[in-house]
Amino acid sequence: MKMIVAIIKPFKLEEVRDALAGAGVQGMTVSEASGFGRQKGHTEIYRGAEYTTSFVPKLRLEVVTSDGEAAGVVETIQTAARTGAIGDGKIFVLDVSQVVRIRTGDADDDAL
Amino acid sequence: MKLSKMISGGLAAAGLAAFAAMPAWAQDAAAAAPAAPFTPTAEMVNKGDTTWMLVSSALVLMMSVPALALFYGGLVRTKNMLSVLMQVLAIVCVAALVWVGWGYSLAFTSGNPYVGGLSKAFLKGVDATTLAATFSNGVYIPEYAFVVFQMTFACITPALIVGAFAERVKFWPLVLFVVLWLTIVYFPVAHMVWYWAGPDFLNAAPTDMGYLWGKGALDFAGGTVVHINAGIAGLMGCLVLGKRIGYKTEIMPPHSLVMTMIGASLLWVGWFGFNAGSNLEANGIAALAFINTLVATAAAALAWALIEQLVHGKPSLLGAATGAVAGLVAITPASGFAAPGTSILLGAVASVVCFFFVTTVKNKLNYDDSLDVFGVHCIGGIVGAIATGIVADPALGGQGWIDYTAAVAKPGVYDMTGQVITQLKAVGLTLVWSGVVSWILFFVIDKTIGLRPSAEVEREGLDLNEHGERAYNY
Repeated sequence: MKMIVAIIKPFKLEEVRDALAGAGVQGMTVSEASGFGRQKGHTEIYRGAEYTTSFVPKLRLEVVTSDGEAAGVVETIQTAARTGAIGDGKIFVLDVSQVVRIRTGDADDDAL
Repeated sequence: MKLSKMISGGLAAAGLAAFAAMPAWAQDAAAAAPAAPFTPTAEMVNKGDTTWMLVSSALVLMMSVPALALFYGGLVRTKNMLSVLMQVLAIVCVAALVWVGWGYSLAFTSGNPYVGGLSKAFLKGVDATTLAATFSNGVYIPEYAFVVFQMTFACITPALIVGAFAERVKFWPLVLFVVLWLTIVYFPVAHMVWYWAGPDFLNAAPTDMGYLWGKGALDFAGGTVVHINAGIAGLMGCLVLGKRIGYKTEIMPPHSLVMTMIGASLLWVGWFGFNAGSNLEANGIAALAFINTLVATAAAALAWALIEQLVHGKPSLLGAATGAVAGLVAITPASGFAAPGTSILLGAVASVVCFFFVTTVKNKLNYDDSLDVFGVHCIGGIVGAIATGIVADPALGGQGWIDYTAAVAKPGVYDMTGQVITQLKAVGLTLVWSGVVSWILFFVIDKTIGLRPSAEVEREGLDLNEHGERAYNY
């Protein structure tokens, strides 16, 4: 099983969710995050006092899939979240060793 | 506002006086006793004037709570929001009580040219029948209306000061400072600038007036008394207390510019009471002060936004709101003297000068005036006070000055250069008096009971440590 972690631009969430639902993904977790990569922060000016914010607001998506579906999910996210501009984000794929559904106790692929 | 000789005396005295003043009787009386002293009567009070003064008083109170509290509160960090609201609220309450106790008497009774006496301490002799003079011969308002109108000015002026050292001051020592500052600085300055015997009395008592009033200094609604006075006191406070921990090394953006916008807008509305109310009568000059207050502010807010567009490439809301306040401050002393056209120019010029102080001078001199009380109120007040000498010139559509020493007040001959010099003297005296006394008061309180909280308290925030609560629980 794979966990796919994607850092995306916040306004791309709906498009990514629709694309993933269309590809048969059953669920995901979304959290607010901030950070920086090549896209540096921005400058705010209050009565002449300049503050450079080095962290940019992003959303962090987590999707867990079976090994076979992972590549398709990554491609779907990459296509839906892309604008072509700097700051589109990144996708990380991690191995997952165990999954348990809390309600039923189903394990691993059955729990996905 | 400026003004006034209060006439004490209850109904009995007023009744006797009414006899003497009635024209039909006066013909007989005049022959026998031509030097009968003038006594105002209840017929000289106009219900329209009284209504306007009561409404204005409520508007000026709104300027401090909630307007100033929100304007300042939005500019500090979340952890200090309640401390600022509480400081403003408490100062308003304390000042109102002190005003009743001895403030009104020290400011608006005859004493020496620098401070009044204690004859009306705890409002002794003031009742629902006593009257206060206006700027017209034979026109009076109830003394209570005048007392409460002026009270609201004494409430907001010390509240303005707290912005200069927001986020780093202990609550009770600040309250102590306010009581002392009002007594030693505000009441004498108000007396010097605004006290005079009144139009019906100056002829008989040509020396019964405050020092700066006597010099002919023009301050319609409080450029010197309120804004320069508070602004320089704020600067002294921030110098004595020192910079906030993390100043210029940590990010300290305003926590809610929405609150600041609400506050600035309510200030603007309340300021109509402040400026147009200072006319003490609901007449054409009140309307003039009203329109000047509107257009000068509009010009100032736009001017600040335009400078920001040129300098930073973007017009900010905080900039426009700050410009609006700078314009309000600057038009205050000139509001009843200028014409709308010159008011627009004055507002725009004040905005440019304040922008320069807030963004450049403060950084160069490296003092931490947290919310720019000096840069906006003192500097805006100085620009306004000096410019009043220019825009009041009848040659520029101004109202000139009125010679009240004549039996019936008449316009005096206007000398612009002389008037500007007089304005400069009033500005200088206020700066020196308020600056020196404020510095001493801050210094002594800081060295004895302490003005500044510990570094730990300052880091964690004043709300939790000084007041035991937090502004937002979510």
